[in-house]
Amino acid sequence: MRPFAYDRPDTAAAAVAAVADRPDAAFLGGGTNLVDHLRLGIADPGLLVDVTSLTSTEIVDIDGGLRIGAGVTNADLAADPRVRARLPVLAAALLSGASGQLRNMATTGGNPLQRTRCPYFQDPASACNKRVPGSGCAAIGGATRNHAILGASEHCIATHPSDMAVALAALDTQVRILGPDGGRTLAFTDLHRLPGDTPEQDTELAHGELITAIDVSYPRGRHAYRKVRDRASYAFALVSVAAVLDVVDGTVLDARIALGGVAHTPWRAVRAEDTLRGGPATEEAFAAAAEAELADARPQPGFDGGNAFKIPLARRTLTATLRQTTPRETA
Amino acid sequence: MDPELTLTVDGATHTTTCDTRTSLLDLLRRRLGITSPKKGCDHGQCGACTVLVDGRRVLSCLTLAVTRDGAEVVTAAGIDGPLPQAFQEADGFQCGYCTPGQVCSAAGVLDEHARGWPSVVTADLTDTPALDDAEIAERMSGNLCRCGAYKGIREAVRTAAGAATR
Amino acid sequence: MTDVLEPRAIGRDLLRRDGGLKVRGTAVYADETPVPEGAGPPAYCRVVTSTVARGRIVDLDTTAAEALDGVQRVLTHATAEHLASTEDRELAVLQDAEVGFRGQIVAAVLADSDEIAREAAGLVEVRYAAEATNAELRAELRADRTDLYTPEKVNAGHETDTATGNMDDALALAPVTLERTYRTPMQHNNPMEPHATSALWTGTHLTLWDSTQSVHRVRDTVVQVFGLAPEQVRVVCPYVGGGFGSKGTPHANVVTAALAARALPGRLVRFALTRQEMFALAGHRTPTIQRLQLAAERDGTLRGIAIDVVEQTSKVKEFAEQTGVPTRTMYAAPNRRTTHRLAALDVPVPSWMRAPGECPGMFGPEVALDELAVELGIDPVELRIRNEPEVDPETGRPFSSRNLVACLRAGAERFGWADRDPEPGTRRVDGWWVGTGVAASVYPTIRMTKSTATVRREGDRYVGRIGAADLGTGAYTVLPQILADALGVDEARVDVLLGDTDLPEASVAGGSSGTTTWGSALVEAAREFRDEFGDDPREGDEAAADVPPNPAEQEYVMSAFGAQFAEVRVHADTGEVRVPRLYGVFACGRIVNPRTARSQLLGGMTMGLGMALHEQSLLDPRTGAVVNHDLAEYHVPANADVADLQAHWLDEDDPYVNPMGSKGVGEIGIVGTAAAVANAAWHATGVRVRDLPITLDKVLG
Repeated sequence: MRPFAYDRPDTAAAAVAAVADRPDAAFLGGGTNLVDHLRLGIADPGLLVDVTSLTSTEIVDIDGGLRIGAGVTNADLAADPRVRARLPVLAAALLSGASGQLRNMATTGGNPLQRTRCPYFQDPASACNKRVPGSGCAAIGGATRNHAILGASEHCIATHPSDMAVALAALDTQVRILGPDGGRTLAFTDLHRLPGDTPEQDTELAHGELITAIDVSYPRGRHAYRKVRDRASYAFALVSVAAVLDVVDGTVLDARIALGGVAHTPWRAVRAEDTLRGGPATEEAFAAAAEAELADARPQPGFDGGNAFKIPLARRTLTATLRQTTPRETA
Repeated sequence: MDPELTLTVDGATHTTTCDTRTSLLDLLRRRLGITSPKKGCDHGQCGACTVLVDGRRVLSCLTLAVTRDGAEVVTAAGIDGPLPQAFQEADGFQCGYCTPGQVCSAAGVLDEHARGWPSVVTADLTDTPALDDAEIAERMSGNLCRCGAYKGIREAVRTAAGAATR
Repeated sequence: MTDVLEPRAIGRDLLRRDGGLKVRGTAVYADETPVPEGAGPPAYCRVVTSTVARGRIVDLDTTAAEALDGVQRVLTHATAEHLASTEDRELAVLQDAEVGFRGQIVAAVLADSDEIAREAAGLVEVRYAAEATNAELRAELRADRTDLYTPEKVNAGHETDTATGNMDDALALAPVTLERTYRTPMQHNNPMEPHATSALWTGTHLTLWDSTQSVHRVRDTVVQVFGLAPEQVRVVCPYVGGGFGSKGTPHANVVTAALAARALPGRLVRFALTRQEMFALAGHRTPTIQRLQLAAERDGTLRGIAIDVVEQTSKVKEFAEQTGVPTRTMYAAPNRRTTHRLAALDVPVPSWMRAPGECPGMFGPEVALDELAVELGIDPVELRIRNEPEVDPETGRPFSSRNLVACLRAGAERFGWADRDPEPGTRRVDGWWVGTGVAASVYPTIRMTKSTATVRREGDRYVGRIGAADLGTGAYTVLPQILADALGVDEARVDVLLGDTDLPEASVAGGSSGTTTWGSALVEAAREFRDEFGDDPREGDEAAADVPPNPAEQEYVMSAFGAQFAEVRVHADTGEVRVPRLYGVFACGRIVNPRTARSQLLGGMTMGLGMALHEQSLLDPRTGAVVNHDLAEYHVPANADVADLQAHWLDEDDPYVNPMGSKGVGEIGIVGTAAAVANAAWHATGVRVRDLPITLDKVLG
């Protein structure tokens, strides 16, 4: 880790300008991912621009939803009464992630941008196209338990580690971005990229673009977030499912579903949604939706046994989570 | 030129310079000689470095010191009240290395619970749950203890929570 | 028969004496040692480690690192001092260009700050010879390897192979036989405190403030490696942030710290391994492959039991885990065989990890017994009771005390075993399959032969001195309890000083032998003290004594036993495995302090739970690297993994073991836990997992 300059400008615009100016500059938010990377020797910025006090730390009501300032911590967001009552899928996803201490640090703007936990990405001695484009992918044929079953490429099989992002991908979420040329808005589901042949690019953000807020609409329906992991807490997901199902008289009017732990992006389960929409909210329909979503899933062999198990696991977890969103018939 | 910063740690004010690369943990331990917070992993994966910064529990290993100019830091050495004694009574530690982080985290848990924050095991997220064994276990899971003192740790937190509400 | 102390302080539920310091974080660990008076500003050491597992360094460029402002030295095999002894290859740090495993230290940077040292380490450029490519790497343990060999002995001096009767005949003749292969993975101790040393060389004397389970062992090793006189080296360690065996023997980091200090005389050099580095440099538990054979009558009586173990060691240095040893003592059977075979691989050096031998070695046999019980339709508690030996099956000697059956019965009672339906995969509660399982625990009662203690009257107090270690075991608290009873005085008037080679020589805190060994030395010293000075000693009166011989050790086999009962839930949708209940009942002699002993037993069971569900070091056979080399990916149990965990013990009076009547509690808790969980997971699901850990993919079905 070489020495870097540290700057805390007065405005977000100044921060954007400062980063846009220097190819080796980076924004610093909660730091939970970037500081880790500095120490691993896989990030080497010359300038860190601290934005924690520049973006809003407020959660404000907007028409039909909330505008969440990029500086709002994961802990504060999960504790917000509006989020708990009307976006429980988001609250549950946030509370499933990391630990109490990390949630006090991680921010709304930073969490979705955290990079993969692929151990080969994190090890400078291993080949990794995401870290060093063109160097190869040591994960292929390596330990692949935590790797992708959907949307992977021959260049990268990494997964996205965020829980929060899975819920945001399921919801109607817009990302408000400030760049050197002004502001723009991006659908959250367009933020992350599949690896293809440029896995070094995690997202559609250009250098110098800063997330300033995230807008989330309240959906109709019942929410559920289910995270499956090896340890009971403080572990990344093997598979997670965020689901909001709007069921009236046994018919699915709308379905919002996303998967975590299975792809380079928080995976919006469009096929499952399409399968469900307009049909009955039954166990068979849920299973069919899961089947459809995982139809193109491909396992990654590995010396650790590989990750083929994640295909049935994702299918079963998806089915179970959909079941959870459906009111049980009780007296 | 190393930047200058001022911190209050356990009530005492310190003004010092530091390398921008220095974590709050290393600043406390190396520069200020305050070794209560421990380095177990240096990557936010164990919780041994937990301190309270401006009242919230955070990981000092993933906090760059330079970002916390003016902050008020509390380490386990600065935590009074029922927690330290409760940890001793419950034998909520063995080797003691993760313990200052556990104590700080426990202080954070009590505060977060008092604010009505839910956890992922809270059945109804709109509720303020009672701090039962499962709630404490989940909320304390960011602090690993290789000696396996979890049962005693939970007992200590429960006892201190009871003392706080009496 | 030894004279057993009349317990007054012994048995009391006293708080830890070091508790106040530990909860505030003011107990001083190795890396926190204040700079001694007269020493210069501290220097920081960071190492460069090999990125290949086998080969030779052909070029090592330190120019950029040395040019960095604040860098004091860069040590390499070309610049480091020549060590007096390189016999122990693990400790031959920076002595030649050979690389024996990935993660080996190839350079050490000393700088004025940790940040600069780290940056400089990143600037060191190392090139390796082409032979270092990983094409022919030998890093994968398999039972069918053709290069397996028979070690001369296995750890703790046990015979490599044993045989009684004729196992083959037993298998041929018995009405019921069972042959299964079980696997336990590579594991890492991962104490919370990374291995650390603060070192100061003054020109003639070396002081090491080291995180160790044995200051004397560190001293003796450093004396030998550096060719120094014992009086030139002092090792100090008041507190240890856990070790579980990895700090029982000095590893390469200690030698590196000493090399660094000698390169910078007069400055305190701090060297702490990173968590990642610990996975290559601080020892590990070998993976094991255990082939179990059982031959039984239909009533469950064993006619034969055999275990053939395959495990790994490092090409650099041999460590042969005694995995087959517990099978030699657990159950009666006229025909028996145990064997150990090793593969010497391009991997880091394995070493002690909590209950080496017993811990992995009670997984295969205790699951096999469960499988046999199922096959025979006999309750697994009952099957164990039916095979209880009257004397030690291996030696024919009686046990000084053996209460396995009592533990099984008491545990069954507490756990509510009686109503258990043996049918697997039939109980579903709230979406979880529920099952229960049992396994036995064993750990030998070890007392080291060498340890010395002194007792001295100081003011109104009695001060014991012994260079022992408290790594969370409670030694600071229980040794005064023992000494008080030996002196016949109030415990509050007794102190025992530990953790310094300036104190009398003590054995390692390992093998669950601390209390038995150091306690014996203190009791003997107290006896000498009372003989010499009576009950009214004067200021400065002092007596010293060694651990006395115990002739009973030749007549009796001494072991602690236990039984563990687990309830396992497996989620019907996701396969997630949880352990809502885990009860252990142990017979481990007299308990000196119930509070600290309970914590030791619970801690062992918790680590056993981790072994059952989580722990597995993934060594990439392509590179020899442990891929999951951090605490995010190498999962040790978190708080939420531990639910209703209980440790109980039986009152056990054993007049033969030592004057305290104690057997040691540090390791038995981890023995058998994983088998109990695996057996319960089978009972829950009907899926028999024979390779640890029991992750959801293995039970998902």
